[in-house]
Amino acid sequence: MTHHEFKVKWGMVIDLDKCTGCGACMVACQVENNVAPMNDASNKLRTLTWMLVYELSNHKDFPEHETAFLPRPCMQCGAPSCVPVCPVVATDKNEEGGIVSQIYPRCIGCRYCMAACPYHARYFNWLDPVFPKGMDKTLTPEVSPRPRGVVEKCSFCHTRLNNARQRARAEDVDPLDFPVEWYQPACAEACPTGAITFGDLNNPKHEVNRLIKSPYAFRLLERLGTDPQVYYMSRRDWVRYQGDNHLAHEKH
Amino acid sequence: MDQKLIPDGLTRCSFGRYLLWLAFIGVFILWGAYAATIIFMKGLTVTGLDNYFGFGLWITFDLAVIALGAGAFFTGFLKYILQIDQLKNIVNLAVIVGFICYSGAMLVLTLDIGQPLRAWFGYWHPNVHSMLTEVIFCITCYCMVLIIEFIPTILEQKQLNKIPFLHYLAHNMHTHMALFAGLGTFLSTFHQGSLGGMYGVLFGRPYAFREGFFIWPWTFFLFILSAVAAGPQFTVLVATFMEKLTGKKLVDFRVKVLMGKIGGTMLCLYMFFKLIDTWYWAAGILPQMGFTFDQMFYQVIYGKWLLWTELIVCGVLPAIMLMIPSMRKQPFFLYLAGILTCTGITINRYVFTVQTIALPVMPFDKWEIYIPNWAEWAPSVMIVAYGFLVLSLSYRYLPVFPQERKLNS
Repeated sequence: MTHHEFKVKWGMVIDLDKCTGCGACMVACQVENNVAPMNDASNKLRTLTWMLVYELSNHKDFPEHETAFLPRPCMQCGAPSCVPVCPVVATDKNEEGGIVSQIYPRCIGCRYCMAACPYHARYFNWLDPVFPKGMDKTLTPEVSPRPRGVVEKCSFCHTRLNNARQRARAEDVDPLDFPVEWYQPACAEACPTGAITFGDLNNPKHEVNRLIKSPYAFRLLERLGTDPQVYYMSRRDWVRYQGDNHLAHEKH
Repeated sequence: MDQKLIPDGLTRCSFGRYLLWLAFIGVFILWGAYAATIIFMKGLTVTGLDNYFGFGLWITFDLAVIALGAGAFFTGFLKYILQIDQLKNIVNLAVIVGFICYSGAMLVLTLDIGQPLRAWFGYWHPNVHSMLTEVIFCITCYCMVLIIEFIPTILEQKQLNKIPFLHYLAHNMHTHMALFAGLGTFLSTFHQGSLGGMYGVLFGRPYAFREGFFIWPWTFFLFILSAVAAGPQFTVLVATFMEKLTGKKLVDFRVKVLMGKIGGTMLCLYMFFKLIDTWYWAAGILPQMGFTFDQMFYQVIYGKWLLWTELIVCGVLPAIMLMIPSMRKQPFFLYLAGILTCTGITINRYVFTVQTIALPVMPFDKWEIYIPNWAEWAPSVMIVAYGFLVLSLSYRYLPVFPQERKLNS
């Protein structure tokens, strides 16, 4: 397993105690990234949901029953399971910022990366994208639609990062250290409760740098060694407990 | 009608009957070709695959036939490198079966990738860290080696062999066959291993992940061993099936027993390491990842019965049958052991492909079930029918079995 380190590491901290499961992040993501609507989206194993909200349960009966909602973007792992398996280098983690790229014109659609990712963050284009009449006017100009037969995934709205860098260069600001407001992914921007905080995990000026040090912060499946750049927070023990797999004697 | 094409001294069924047989095979080929056309036109949306099951029947089928086709490289290695002369009586068939398996697998792979027109990217933009890259290169190279190994048998066809150039070409290719057998052994060993490595490196998938030696997870070595255990036995089964179908003796039973002994020895070696591997996986790797052995299984479809069937019924049991000379020498046990071994290896490839990705890794995720649909079955059946076609043509027109005349006189 190859570990990648960068001076800038874009990451998220998602406060699960603030998430209401409204799905605004999912919708914002699909709009921003030109995900075409499907005629029949009833098979949820065929839909394209770069950001997907899972429902968690404490599996207790009323009145102790509790639920939580867990938005799951691509974890942009420090040791990605998908990158080394791709036979054609269609996905890589080689850019300052640590975002795992997906190069659509290079992807052959073998789906080995999907088999490798334990987070199910990767999606296959089963159909060519078809946008209903008029919807083409609402598309994001910088984001390329993907053809049938290639894999895609959350890119932390990478085109917004490019825009922010461009602005930094134009305004004579360091493109590796610009104000965090200049670059926010669509999901973080759309979240009505402010559950998603985004920024450079390594930058002390950014809120995420403080949040990841919280005792309530955790990452998904840390034991596997994927080193995700997405963190979660919850003050509820049972929620944090479901962030990873544990043996019976490891219960806290 | 085609008497002039049939090898001297051999009898074959009438041409009309042969055409009927080919038409029967053709029905399945047409069905598969129809499905392939639909898949190329509409894409993989017509299959039963989804975002959880990116791999399914086709990858299982590919891995299984590649393992079963390992008889070609291993028999070639034993015949040409280790000089076990008796195997000359079955090596032609082993090569043809290998050729069918590998070319068939490559055909299915072109269907399986989402962008078939980009298939060449695997050679042009290779990721040297990916086990799949190694598989792509080795399978292609080895398929070429198999074609080279198959060509002399084709050139020995009665009419072709009358052309002096082709006659001498075939002779010279035979003379240098040890070189190709060596090359084939090298290539095949590596890609059989890399197919196993493909799964072993998946550190995000507890069902498949294995530690290993240097860059190779243990599955790399296990897949090689299982392939050399199953390959020779599959060749014996194909020979026997052809005998039943044609009503002729094609290969001396002693040769089959020798193949069974070789396959059985490899199976013992494989089972020794596979049982240790399974124990270490259950007792070491899974707890490290926070999983228990029981969590790896689900209801009947992904139940423990698959594991025990693979290890005990289709592993230890045939190994015992093949290692006891008195049992091995009885056709019933020899063939039963062969069938069980091949079934076990197929189960192994299935669980590594499907169960690996069916298992929920995130604690709040759930098991999903995969059922292949007609669009996946049809091309798979087409490849089997293609195998029947190549074998039917070879049996009728080529001198595949050196002992056939003697055994049927």
